[in-house]
Amino acid sequence: MTSSSRCAACRHLRKRCPSDCIFSPYFPSTNRKRFEDVHKIYGASNISKMLKDLPVHLRADAADSLCYEAYCRRKDPVYGSVGVISVLQQQMYNLQTQLAQIQAEIAVATANNNNNNNQIPPQPYFDGSFFPDQNGGPATSYDPPSTWFN
Amino acid sequence: MGGSGTGNSPCASCKLLRRRCAKDCIFAPYFPSDDPHKFAIAHKVFGASNISKMLQELPVHQRADAVSSLVYEANARVRDPVYGCVGAISYLQNQVSQLQMQLAVAQAEILCIQMQQDHIDQQITLPTTPLLFDEDDEKSFLLQNNLPQFLNFTPFNNSSSVNCDSFKKGTLYGHDMVS
Repeated sequence: MTSSSRCAACRHLRKRCPSDCIFSPYFPSTNRKRFEDVHKIYGASNISKMLKDLPVHLRADAADSLCYEAYCRRKDPVYGSVGVISVLQQQMYNLQTQLAQIQAEIAVATANNNNNNNQIPPQPYFDGSFFPDQNGGPATSYDPPSTWFN
Repeated sequence: MGGSGTGNSPCASCKLLRRRCAKDCIFAPYFPSDDPHKFAIAHKVFGASNISKMLQELPVHQRADAVSSLVYEANARVRDPVYGCVGAISYLQNQVSQLQMQLAVAQAEILCIQMQQDHIDQQITLPTTPLLFDEDDEKSFLLQNNLPQFLNFTPFNNSSSVNCDSFKKGTLYGHDMVS
């Protein structure tokens, strides 16, 4: 096997890359930094064990998540991906607080709106005498809708 | 076995690794012998050698926090061998995204109510797209996960104009945000 066909892992580890290499589908030779990061944090042996313990269809996601955690650890050697979790939790808390405040304001504003609407009840603009009966006298059958006074 | 820096008994690491616990053992302050599980799980995921290297690269006052975060990650990885901590990150991102949407809707609603209360009948303009979170590495990661951009509701910036009626119908910017 030529050196150009070795995966990034086998190149880094300076060994032959067999056809059934556990690393080669997830650590192509085009991205050597990806394997270097993950190898620095977990070690090739641990990565190999973790991947072998998983069914094949889950290994790509596992490799990606290991790489992401290694990336976080490289960026933040103290907290790693736990720092990201902490930031997101803080963001969630801040958003929940803001949302609760705004919802309280909406409740108050809505209540004020309702109070303003109820202060001046609508007045009937006629008293039933506007429509004369067929004899010309005042109408007696008209009643203003009761909802006006609710 | 030899004594650890803190007493006669070896630390949890040296006990598991079956070696002499030196006075200056790098693990001893963080992996006491009364909690063997803590080192066992960290060793299973990262390996003692890698943990040792990581701790040596840190100043002493940061090592306790580093150990705590490593143990946390190791526990997450054992619970979820595919996604580990990244599963929690993904979940939290979704929650943040949903809260940002809810906040945007609520802020639009309060603006409309305030306008109605002031009896102002005019087009309101809402700002476009400034982000609710700081522009840093976390933002670039979140953007890679296709988070939408939201309003920050600094009022009357130049942007597309929206009538309160479109809000009442439950849509903003042409798509349903209230669901």
